[in-house]
Amino acid sequence: MSDMHFNSGHTACSGCGQSLGARLVLEAAGKNTIIANNTGCLEVFSTKYPQSSWGVPWIHSLFENAAAVASGIESALKYLGKKDSVNVIAQAGDGGTADIGLQALSGMLERGHDILYVCYDNEAYMNTGIQRSGLTPFDSNTTTSPPGSHSMGNIRPKKPMPEIALAHGIPYVATASVAFVKDLQRKVKKAISIKGPKYIQIHVPCPLGWRHQPNLTVPVSRAAIECGLYPIIEYEFGKLIAVQRIRQKPVEEYLKLQGRFKHLMKNPDEIKKIQDIADNNIEKYGLRLESQ
Amino acid sequence: MFGPLVVKPGSSKKNKTGSWRIETRPKYLQKECIACKLCVAICPEGCVAGGEKNTYHCDYDYCKGCGLCAFICPKKDIEMVKEGSKE
Repeated sequence: MSDMHFNSGHTACSGCGQSLGARLVLEAAGKNTIIANNTGCLEVFSTKYPQSSWGVPWIHSLFENAAAVASGIESALKYLGKKDSVNVIAQAGDGGTADIGLQALSGMLERGHDILYVCYDNEAYMNTGIQRSGLTPFDSNTTTSPPGSHSMGNIRPKKPMPEIALAHGIPYVATASVAFVKDLQRKVKKAISIKGPKYIQIHVPCPLGWRHQPNLTVPVSRAAIECGLYPIIEYEFGKLIAVQRIRQKPVEEYLKLQGRFKHLMKNPDEIKKIQDIADNNIEKYGLRLESQ
Repeated sequence: MFGPLVVKPGSSKKNKTGSWRIETRPKYLQKECIACKLCVAICPEGCVAGGEKNTYHCDYDYCKGCGLCAFICPKKDIEMVKEGSKE
């Protein structure tokens, strides 16, 4: 509890992966940090007016423009000659990153601002009541992609955000997970030490939206990695420098833990499609442990 | 203009979320502890503290009883007990 930059008393649900992720990121970044936040769960539960959980300067403006606001902050710091001693972080949920905030994010990456952009990926718009976003995985049950006679849930696969960020030619792109705390904090520290725009996407389970017990936050996020559905990768200057290798588990191990995939349990054809996505990831990034 | 919109840092501490616990709460046995700090790192509330071995405890004013610390503890030195029990 000493040296807290993200304080207790926020109104996140019990077992929230995002509040855990936000605290870990800020602990790694340290107190000389300025944060710009998109609208989303994180903004709502951490700043219940007139209270704030943040112990560092923090600003929220609109749903889409954390990247643009952070760009302004960074430019101002540069003008004042203070940029070297202050880290600027822009952060958002998956909807604020991949859908609504993509244009501002793309602009920030293209202009080359010295900002770390953190995307907390809980795979739907959880704050407004579990609507599908661009990062919602295939066949997931959300309120706007309900399974029924005409559909098995979300019909589109996850948007490849790390690749989209990478295509801007930025120096650092990584994915991380709250299940691997040290790895997450190492990546944040490394990203901050590099000059230029950086993008980190963190897999954060949402017990409410994913329909699992609060105490399963860590096993669920671990299972996503171990079955190959959430590859943990690290790109530096366009080159893949590290991946978390796995002994592959079947995707059912991950799906059966969550209520949002419950409708798939009696449908092996659909599970096969998800298994193909996982196999594809493993092939693409070389995640298999044996293939070293 | 922005005056009323700026609030004090860390002022959410006033909000005692411990009242949210409904079923279980963690009990720190403080017997087998090896001070690995995993419980501190994994707490979504950031309400676990401690230093030496067997000194770790959580702040029941804020603990929402999610049970992540009990899950992650490699020595099983944290157990979930029923809320309201005297232990």
